[in-house]
Amino acid sequence: MSTASTEVSAHSHAHGPGHHDPHLAHHFDTPEQQFTSAKLGMWIFLGTEILMFGGLFCAYSIYRHNHPLVFKFAAEAYLSTKWGAINTVILITSSLTMAWGVRAAQLNQKKLLISCLVMTLMGAAGFLGVKTIEYSAKWDEHVWVGSWNKYNGDNDASYATPPPAQPTTQPAIQIPVPAYSPTAIADDANTGLDVSQIKPRYAYSFNQSIQLAPPKRASDAKPTDEEQRDERYRQLSASDQWRVNTFFSCYFLMTGLHGIHVIVGMGLISWILMRTLRNDFSSEYFTPVDLVGLYWHLVDLIWIFLFPLLYLIH
Amino acid sequence: MSIAEYQSQKKPKVDNYLTHNRGFLSWALTLDHKRIGLLYMMFVLSAFLLGGTFAVLLRTSLLTPNHWMFPSDPAHDTQAKLFYNNMFSLHGAVMVFMFIIPAIPAILGNFMLPMMLGAKDVAFPRLNLMSFYIYCLGAILFTWILMGGILRTAFNIHLPFGFGLDTGWTFYTPFSTSKAEDGMVAGVLGAFILGFSSILTGVNFIASIHTLRPRGMTWFRMPLFLWALYATSIIQVLATPVLAITLLLLIAERLLHVGIFDSSLGGDPVLFQHFFWFYSHPAVYIMILPGMGVISEVISVHSRKHIFGYNFIALSSVALALLGFLVWGHHLFVAGQSNLVDSIFSLLTFSVAIPSAVKVFNWLGTLYRGSIRFTPAMLFAMGFILLFTIGGLTGLFLGALATDVPLHDTYFVIAHFHYVMVGSMVFAFLAGMYHWFPKMFGKMCNPAWGRFAAILLFIGFNTTFFPQFVMGAHGSPRRWATYPVEFQPYHVISTIGSYIMAISLITVALNWLAGLLWGKKAPANPWGGNSLEWHCPSPPPYDNFPTPPVVDDPYNLAAWEYDASIEGWVPRKSQPAAATGPAANRTRPVTH
Amino acid sequence: MSLTHSNDIPAPVADDVGPDAPHGVHAVPRRTLAGVYGLLILFTVITVAVSKVDLGAANIWAALLIAVIKGGLVTMYFMHLRWDSPFNGLILIVALFFVSLFIGLALLDSHSYEPQMKPTPMYVKTQ
Repeated sequence: MSTASTEVSAHSHAHGPGHHDPHLAHHFDTPEQQFTSAKLGMWIFLGTEILMFGGLFCAYSIYRHNHPLVFKFAAEAYLSTKWGAINTVILITSSLTMAWGVRAAQLNQKKLLISCLVMTLMGAAGFLGVKTIEYSAKWDEHVWVGSWNKYNGDNDASYATPPPAQPTTQPAIQIPVPAYSPTAIADDANTGLDVSQIKPRYAYSFNQSIQLAPPKRASDAKPTDEEQRDERYRQLSASDQWRVNTFFSCYFLMTGLHGIHVIVGMGLISWILMRTLRNDFSSEYFTPVDLVGLYWHLVDLIWIFLFPLLYLIH
Repeated sequence: MSIAEYQSQKKPKVDNYLTHNRGFLSWALTLDHKRIGLLYMMFVLSAFLLGGTFAVLLRTSLLTPNHWMFPSDPAHDTQAKLFYNNMFSLHGAVMVFMFIIPAIPAILGNFMLPMMLGAKDVAFPRLNLMSFYIYCLGAILFTWILMGGILRTAFNIHLPFGFGLDTGWTFYTPFSTSKAEDGMVAGVLGAFILGFSSILTGVNFIASIHTLRPRGMTWFRMPLFLWALYATSIIQVLATPVLAITLLLLIAERLLHVGIFDSSLGGDPVLFQHFFWFYSHPAVYIMILPGMGVISEVISVHSRKHIFGYNFIALSSVALALLGFLVWGHHLFVAGQSNLVDSIFSLLTFSVAIPSAVKVFNWLGTLYRGSIRFTPAMLFAMGFILLFTIGGLTGLFLGALATDVPLHDTYFVIAHFHYVMVGSMVFAFLAGMYHWFPKMFGKMCNPAWGRFAAILLFIGFNTTFFPQFVMGAHGSPRRWATYPVEFQPYHVISTIGSYIMAISLITVALNWLAGLLWGKKAPANPWGGNSLEWHCPSPPPYDNFPTPPVVDDPYNLAAWEYDASIEGWVPRKSQPAAATGPAANRTRPVTH
Repeated sequence: MSLTHSNDIPAPVADDVGPDAPHGVHAVPRRTLAGVYGLLILFTVITVAVSKVDLGAANIWAALLIAVIKGGLVTMYFMHLRWDSPFNGLILIVALFFVSLFIGLALLDSHSYEPQMKPTPMYVKTQ
């Protein structure tokens, strides 16, 4: 290190005489510095999105690893590879049109940029349309998320069967209910301690009146899809049967969060479209198009991983 | 002449960032990083007040083995315990999410980072303002829910949507998904929103340090506070999204019964702890790293000595950030984690002590043969070194599997993390505030009261938390509203200590207020630091630097000499030889 | 640290850009975009086909490998990472590394204690 302090001015001021770029913020020296900074910021944000979805992939990995047959059953029985593949193609195409749009913005091709953005939006809408078809099919089959799922123990009409009785040498632990009168705690029933209000939640609230589809008839009539499905369900072990609900939780949480990101992406692309119509972008300033493009590609990237992990389990 | 002319003659027009434009909107919609730092300061210090008040209330309620605040019949016993649960949940949640995590980055970081870079603002000023408003939104929602619970359980006052949270700030399943109070969803949503403020601040700081460094300021010529903020931002950006997804899953579990964490529906409650601590362990490094950065600055400047081992301190900040991600399982040792993974995490936990120790040795090396001035900032910094050492060493007891089993969930843990969070981080925050107060406000605080407050806080803090180590080693569990009567002496000493802490913190607040109102005008460089923020007037002008500052080694303190007429430091006319570089550590310190 | 274009891969100019094109702008050539798109569709077909063949435990790894290839194509060409500063790519790698770390250790743990997990009711009410 030199002994004298470095006589370097902290920031060079790259202002030409009379020229002031309206897009250049006062704390940046050059437009290139500003653009690089914006891109870097966007990539960091994309990193955070990857970490967030990573948590869901973690839950998925753990449950699939520990109960592979559950995932195989549920994916084969209820998920349609066809719609998943169509969605994948739609999203990849919308990624193409988005990347093309960024190129158009860079080359001052306003009309092309507008058509690319519109096509990307149509692709996004198509994706959401297919998702609606899939989700409504699941609703019809009573396999929605959480307590609306017939395999969930909380569901009154639950399919969940009780696990086999386990021989134990010691009695099950009984937790005594406190004998306090609820009325002594003001007039608030929601303290969480008024035990009579808590519905006991058993893993196996088996509703005796619900019958699984009857076993295959003796005649050689082909079993219906539903009967085949129930037959495969019966073949799962008891502990696996009780966990089929977990697959649907993973499915709805992952595709649901992804779907929210698609909707947000549509909003962002619409905003960019409006700004393009207002002539905000040129080859000298196209940063927002680039950044929204990066976001959209991330949405596509996540779906590229979701598709095989959820739909292609055989 | 008219009165107006006379008055305009007397007072010269002052133009700095505080006076540059006026009016509510000029503050509410400001893009100036300095004003945003002050806006954060108002909210974060209010959060500290709220959390601190409840700390004192908690300690007061623990004066007797049975909660004396309520009549002692069985019905009130339940209510009293519920109140206690709400109290410690509020204290923990407010302190962690609303005070410690934002404090140094959002206040001191926002203010000083661009100035230390010789820049006019952070990379994304509008994002900065948005971070602030996200913080406000989350803070208001969170506080509303938590205070609602307190008011309901203590006084039967029902706020609309004031549901309360009684799970502790850690929201452990299965309690939080089944039996906890109804404030879970809204409270967790508040924490979720606060997390985004943290993420966006991290994005801003990383981009600023990468792209706004001036020519001549290489990575190894940055002040160490910037290294600390950079490492903190890495953690904020990588860890907080996992908290976001954890909280979303918790809300889904509670509202929709999805069965991810609920074992009666096929889920795994230990998985929640994995998810939660993957964020929350790195989060404690978000809390401490900026504090360590402040200490590096304060120790060097207030002992008039070039920092010892710059490269080691800089790299250990990043090492701490990265190693902090490898150790989260040590919070799960008794939670049902498998033996194999227990051992892995225990081994990794020992590694994370190394970068911290490296820093402590380097600070001691800086102090050695320095010309130490006992300014309030320096006293807080010295307190930091001792208390952080204790906190860090007791962490090793908790990191070793065999000793953790009896100590887990006892007062030993509480004492350990308060030594690092309060004894270290709050001390560092106060050191930083005292160090940069003249720069931020252009006024000097009365140093005698500052020194008094520092010493009193040190005494009060140790009185409060040292007995808790002993209590915990004797088996006293944490988060219990009542306790066996043999622990009462420890609790009484601890509570007295908390009152001493309260007095000292009130003294600090009054010291600052008096400084703001009646303090002496501060020179540009009251302490003689050489990082770039000292190269502009106090308080700084709107765009920070009237003329671009010259980039130099930020610890070249020999470049300044004391000028008694302004009670501050001015650039030295002639440079002494070997003022920078390794030789600087062996020369006698620069005196004036 | 230079954060503009990395030096070892020269930035190709778009093939249909004339001499008066904006200076310093790198636009992805149309042929590249179309080619990458074609490859992505091809790999989608391949991944569906491979999933129909029973490879046992290797199925999921094959699917992940193809997904990584597709992801790499989107990242490098659509997201412009091939011509960007390498630091942006480093951010991606670091994020993926920490996700794998998280998944890896949590999976190791849950795999180890899974045999001990028994389905039980939330609680049993007496009286």
